[in-house]
Amino acid sequence: MELINQHTKRIMEGCKERARAAGLSFTDESLEYIVTNRDLLELSPKVMIPTLYDYWVHDVEVLRERGKYELYPNNPYETVINTRPPISFYNDNNPDWLNVMIFYHVLAHIDFFQNNLYFRHTWDYDFTGQALSDKRVIARLRAEKGRWVDYVIEFARGIDNLVDFHGELADLFTPPEADCSSRLNYYFDLFLQSEKKIPVSEYIKEVNRYNECLKTYGELGEKTFFAEAERRYPELEAHFARAMDTRPAKKRDLLRYLLDKSEFLARDENIWMRSILEIVRKTSIFFQPQIRTKILNEGWASYWHETLFLQDDRIKGHEVDFARVHAGVTSMPRVGMNPYALGMRLFTHIEEQADKGRISFDYQRLANADSRKQFNTGVSTGKDFIFKVRENLSDYLFLKNYLDQDFIDRHKLFVAGKRLDQQRMVWQYYVKSRKAKDYLQMMQDSLYHPPVISVDQTKGIEGSLYLIHKFEGKQLVQEYIANTMVGIEYLWGGPVHLETSEAQILPAPAAPAKTDEALEGEIAWQRVLYSMNGKVLSKKKF
Amino acid sequence: MRNDLPTYPEELRASGLDPEREARLRAELATATDSHAVPARDVPMDPDLAGFSRGLYESGDLLVLRQAVTPYLSAAGLAKSLDELLERDRQREQDGFPRKIQVGKLVKPGRGRKGKVVVVPTTVEEKFFHDPTVRPPGEGGTSGGTGDEQEGEVIGEQPVRDDGDQDGSGPGEGGGSNHEMESSAYDLGKTLSEKFQLPNLKDKGKKRSFTRYTYDLTDKNRGFGQVLDKKATLRKIVETNIALGNLPDVSDIDPTQFLIAPRDKVYRILSREKDYEPQAMLFFLRDYSGSMVGKVTDLIVSQHVLIYSWLLYQYGGQAESRFILHDTEAKEVPDFYTYYNSRVAGGTQVSSAYQLVNEIVARENLAKDYNIYVFQGTDGDDWDEAGSKAIPELEKMLTYASRVGVTIAEHGQMGTTTVARYLNSSELLSKKPDLLRLDVIQKDADESRLIEGIKRLIS
Repeated sequence: MELINQHTKRIMEGCKERARAAGLSFTDESLEYIVTNRDLLELSPKVMIPTLYDYWVHDVEVLRERGKYELYPNNPYETVINTRPPISFYNDNNPDWLNVMIFYHVLAHIDFFQNNLYFRHTWDYDFTGQALSDKRVIARLRAEKGRWVDYVIEFARGIDNLVDFHGELADLFTPPEADCSSRLNYYFDLFLQSEKKIPVSEYIKEVNRYNECLKTYGELGEKTFFAEAERRYPELEAHFARAMDTRPAKKRDLLRYLLDKSEFLARDENIWMRSILEIVRKTSIFFQPQIRTKILNEGWASYWHETLFLQDDRIKGHEVDFARVHAGVTSMPRVGMNPYALGMRLFTHIEEQADKGRISFDYQRLANADSRKQFNTGVSTGKDFIFKVRENLSDYLFLKNYLDQDFIDRHKLFVAGKRLDQQRMVWQYYVKSRKAKDYLQMMQDSLYHPPVISVDQTKGIEGSLYLIHKFEGKQLVQEYIANTMVGIEYLWGGPVHLETSEAQILPAPAAPAKTDEALEGEIAWQRVLYSMNGKVLSKKKF
Repeated sequence: MRNDLPTYPEELRASGLDPEREARLRAELATATDSHAVPARDVPMDPDLAGFSRGLYESGDLLVLRQAVTPYLSAAGLAKSLDELLERDRQREQDGFPRKIQVGKLVKPGRGRKGKVVVVPTTVEEKFFHDPTVRPPGEGGTSGGTGDEQEGEVIGEQPVRDDGDQDGSGPGEGGGSNHEMESSAYDLGKTLSEKFQLPNLKDKGKKRSFTRYTYDLTDKNRGFGQVLDKKATLRKIVETNIALGNLPDVSDIDPTQFLIAPRDKVYRILSREKDYEPQAMLFFLRDYSGSMVGKVTDLIVSQHVLIYSWLLYQYGGQAESRFILHDTEAKEVPDFYTYYNSRVAGGTQVSSAYQLVNEIVARENLAKDYNIYVFQGTDGDDWDEAGSKAIPELEKMLTYASRVGVTIAEHGQMGTTTVARYLNSSELLSKKPDLLRLDVIQKDADESRLIEGIKRLIS
């Protein structure tokens, strides 16, 4: 890996000026490296982070068949990584005009990383620096503990998709004034309601009294309030202290839960494993927003590389070259999904709609097709609006909010289905639906969505860990359950149970049903409990 | 196909046949007329439809923006050798964790029809995640599309077999392209090369020229060269001087008076020498009868892939391979691709394959010039219950073969398969341990077990 030459860097700086002028915002510094295919082989298993820790699986071809992207919250071949400064990777023989296009694409990504709120937790530090120190920690541990380090990495990575990314974000976005002291929370949320079970009227009286105290005594309000409360309930302080000790851990974040609650990991001889779990968890959390904003991010970058390239005065004469490459990236495939194409079109669509004031209740309540077509308030706020979209949304909301029938019709989109023609033994591809609702559903089904698996503390008897997989109409990949649970059992240090659902496909009825709706009814769901005890997996039905 | 097929089971039942085997025989009979078709090579997927199973996340910037091509990780380029990886895997087992490395697994990454056979050590990182493939039978999922067609209109068709998602991992099933098979096999062989050597290799038939050479100073050249050949030079000089009459008295020679022509200097010159090494002929025999369906074929073919890959690398042009498939009749197929991919169907006569090998060896007089090795893979089933036809053919084979390695991938009978039984009772195994080896593997064997098996067969 070497840096790009000064000539190319100058082009990049020119791109930055123009991108800033167009409204994008990003940090001043950036690093651009030339990578060879050999570099790529090393970088791609490390998700393009050059300083990521070493792990033997990175040296082996990893089978990434179905569900490939369900396994990893990142893409193997990114051009730019979200670090401080951002680092991007290039081919060494790109012509200048192509570099200009790619630079704009990269700058839009950087703008996205640094402004989209789903990336909020990555803004305050440099991940490559962090990763380098983590890498050293792991290397040192490996020198001491040998292969057991790799087992712990493996087991931790086995559950690194079960991290509570949204919970992590929620903590960041809680406004300071909305935050109450933990004592206050405990007093009103638990103590009065669960412990004392006081009637509602008295509860309200207490709330009023608290508000009075605040009003009267200002900053000393809370203290005054509790002085009175403790006189009434002398045991409050002791209860509160106990509750703090046994505070319910984050139940949707299995890695966090193991870190906090596993007695096995708390033993002196195993305490080193915690740092590995922390590293794996941190890495996973870092990448979580990336996969949740694929369409948005690529759409945003494609939108801007098109807009800015066409305005750039330096590349006159390469419009046709550009058009060819650009079309290759952003044309809608006949069948299949292209996040670049869809995202870019959706941004353009939103901008136009907002320019005409159509993203409003007035427009939505119109039923008359003709007046819908004519609707134009001329507010021209499209640019501002797409910047807001870029700042606040993820793929899910982006599609849910703006993928409407107008958009579907305009770009002639449809849901393509595939069915088996048994007589002729061919798969038929057909137009399944042209409704926006169905298209949205199809898109949402293909978005990254790790299973929601939470810990049920009430059911884990005698030191076992009880996990509940929330049923969302899909089953877990069965062949991976056993080995994943071996890992959890190891990290927990005791038996592990997993409650989940399994599909049973009923035999096809005698007369094959014509419609798909009838076919979908053929799956029967069965709730099952997997138990892993002493590396032996057992399964029972409920 | 023989016309008297159905009489075999009748004869067998007369001599006592357990019901489970009979069921398998019946099943084989049912497929007796099926063809062993090798799937057509590379039926191109309609490019429009290829994107159907392509997910939303499969495009990354580097590839899409034409910045790079997907790097191909070759087995030879691995940072760790296969040995190290397998050692790690053994260690895992000792530590009480399930093994993780799969070697020589033939995988077709599901990228429409462009998938290729990859023969490298692979692994998976197991996690909990939703299985997108659970859906009602006959439904192939959904994707996005663009176009003018009406709802319900069919936009394209694709034969079922050629669907990227649907076909499994190759052997006996089809798929893959010939060239890639060879090149990746070579890669795999490279990683295995340290492990094995052909046993009982004798010097035979030095009549073939190989592309292998050594360089030696054996050729002479007049006028220039690497090293002066003093004796030959002096002789030339003497000859020249006699011819010139410059040497009147042979009893009194004065070398200082010699006239020396440039052409008289004789040099040794570096030259390419053909290197003759013993040559080997390998016969791969595979049972492709109906009972070989599924995992057993997978195992046999995987093992033969490993042997074949290693040969290709280690012995290059020096070892030749012949491929023979048999059900009740044997036939020779031209290349490994066909050998690898032919579908299973029909009944089983192991002797037919032995017979064909014997015929080929006799007809082409191979025994004189070649070290002959035979590797046979079967599930151990044979309609020839007592081996009354197979054993004599095998004995004949052992008179010229340097090693016969039989691999039996069992359906789970624990050493009681027909072939194992008649091989044992013939006592050939104990009488000629140097020539005949038997390796019995279970249906659930993994790749490292296969490699151990190869060691057993050719050690």
